Amino acid sequence: MSSVNTTAHSVVEPTPTAKRIAGAIVILYALVTMVPLAWIFLTSIKSPPDSISYPPKIVFTPTLEGYCNLFTTRTRQTPDYIQSLPRPTGTCDEITRGRNMVIAGRSNYWPRFGNSLLIAFGSTFLAVSLGTLAAYGFSRFRVPLADDLLFFILSTRMMPPIAVAIPIYLMYRQFGLSDTALGMILLYTAVNVSLAVWLLKGFIDEIPREYEEAAMIDGYTRLQAFRKVVLPQATTGIAATAIFCLIFAWNEYAFAVLLTSGSAQTAPPFIPTIIGEGGQDWPAVAAGTTIFLVPILVFTIVLRKQLLRGITFGAVRK
Amino acid sequence: MSEIKIVNLRKQFGDFVAVEDSSFTVNDGQFLALLGPSGCGKTTTLRMIAGLELPTSGKIYLDSEDVTFNRASARDIAFVFQLFALYPHMNVRKNIGFPLLSQRVPETEIRARVEETAKLLRIDHILDRSVSGLAGGDRQRVALGRAIIRRPKCFLMDEPLGTLDAEFREVMVHELRELHNRIHATTVYVTHDQHEAMAMADKIAVMNHGVIEQFGTPQEIYNRPASMYVADFIGSPPMNFMRFHSGLERGTRSVLLDGIEVPVPEVAEDVPPGELALGVRPEHIRFSDTSRLRGAVYGSEYLGTNQIVAVETASGIVKARVSADRSFRLGETVGLEFNPAKLAVFDCASGRAIASTYAEARHG
Repeated sequence: MSSVNTTAHSVVEPTPTAKRIAGAIVILYALVTMVPLAWIFLTSIKSPPDSISYPPKIVFTPTLEGYCNLFTTRTRQTPDYIQSLPRPTGTCDEITRGRNMVIAGRSNYWPRFGNSLLIAFGSTFLAVSLGTLAAYGFSRFRVPLADDLLFFILSTRMMPPIAVAIPIYLMYRQFGLSDTALGMILLYTAVNVSLAVWLLKGFIDEIPREYEEAAMIDGYTRLQAFRKVVLPQATTGIAATAIFCLIFAWNEYAFAVLLTSGSAQTAPPFIPTIIGEGGQDWPAVAAGTTIFLVPILVFTIVLRKQLLRGITFGAVRK
Repeated sequence: MSEIKIVNLRKQFGDFVAVEDSSFTVNDGQFLALLGPSGCGKTTTLRMIAGLELPTSGKIYLDSEDVTFNRASARDIAFVFQLFALYPHMNVRKNIGFPLLSQRVPETEIRARVEETAKLLRIDHILDRSVSGLAGGDRQRVALGRAIIRRPKCFLMDEPLGTLDAEFREVMVHELRELHNRIHATTVYVTHDQHEAMAMADKIAVMNHGVIEQFGTPQEIYNRPASMYVADFIGSPPMNFMRFHSGLERGTRSVLLDGIEVPVPEVAEDVPPGELALGVRPEHIRFSDTSRLRGAVYGSEYLGTNQIVAVETASGIVKARVSADRSFRLGETVGLEFNPAKLAVFDCASGRAIASTYAEARHG
């Protein structure tokens, strides 16, 4: 009994089985990478005792205690004093009193989070703007020593940025840039601009010159042609580059620890400091991390389409 | 509309000379084709006229205004690119209206003029479509629309039909010429396709290695090529060259080809002894049993209305275009007779055509 399968099949289109296997691998990979994130989120809604219980608890009563502790500073009081207070005004008030504490004020989390937003988006904007202009220049004009310059720009990425931490620290102290948002924006821009130039040059090289030439003949100056014809076609590349720059600036820890401590401190160095306040408050740390992930998530989802097309670096652009 | 005057235009890229001291004038309303193989400098010449490339030396005048170093946007010209360069992020309407937008034309007028232009090109039904989904011919028409909407001083076209398939190219050749007849715009058209140039142009400039080999009407270029290069480039199959060694005196009316006297138009200059070539177009050859110039049939190509028969003679292989009625055997001996008025003699060393009465009469 032998039967020959005569169904026509494409040689380029994957077979259903291959697709299922590929799908399974992707899902498995996603699950593996999602486990730490899920764990962080679960920890953020555990009570402090649940968060350190062993074996770890999968089933527990969720609580907002971690978030309350993240947003507030608290002081320990005697039960008698707490009894004498008027009724609690909110959930956090109630949870805190349950631990024999009262809310003393707001924590620094939101200001630090705000710093992160300002510095990360500010430096991304600057790096991408400068990178786009530089990449356009390298792509379209005969720049003297262009190859050497491009190599030089790339070479700034050839060692870990932290290797130059001490000189930068001294320099920043000299210029009064230590612990300022401007200083951090400039620093992250400097690190990111090389990446931006290289990525964007690839994208702009792919845009035929004829478009700008057509626009210039149609009566526009080069800058107008750049704005009206080149930029709209480079959006994919710009979006992809922006995401890379933003992720770096948003997550950067080492320089932030070294150069910021007060008013310009970003969220990454701030979050670990929560541990110190009154025991190891893992739910609060987890809550801080969870919220910290949101902007990148939103930004990436918003630019998902551009990112997917852009991350192939022009391979599928037609 | 206006006149384009090119004076001693030269362009060098490093050591490479792309265009060598070219001069020519395109009269108001004339259609000039710059014809030549790739790398001959025709596109560079066009780009210099457009202002996309600056010349190394020389002058460009538009309507007697020196525009040599003016920006492209300040020249009031339109350019149709080989790959059309339609802006992919705009629809057809916006593409066509884009040049007017730069001149701050009011929106209502842009709208009206876009529709008028679209009607002229018969693309008014696709105005709101995206340009990325358009067929080759429609893309071409949109590119033309973008060029003519501004009513510029002149049109420059860089192989605009190069990417279309053969069948459609022929349709567009007619459309382009018809459009030119209607709007009489001074046009410079770059192509490597002799048929396009012949079919459309009022004047043709044949270029080779950055040099204009000949500038003239299609008839002059075809009938009286100024050089062996032009003779060989134009015509399909190209002109036959039958080489011989001789000197010529002014007034001579025949040349000796392998001992056989062949009548030619009266030679108008003295030529010192050297290698010469008799140029004869395939269609100016007739088979004649009485002719002393004989050869053996080497092969034939049937083309429907006629056929190309290759004959091996003592002076090389000669291709003749003859009636398709007669069939030939390979190796069959045939006699060849040329139309004496249509012959040309070239100096092989320089490639130059030797002056003759025919050429004098035509060129003045």
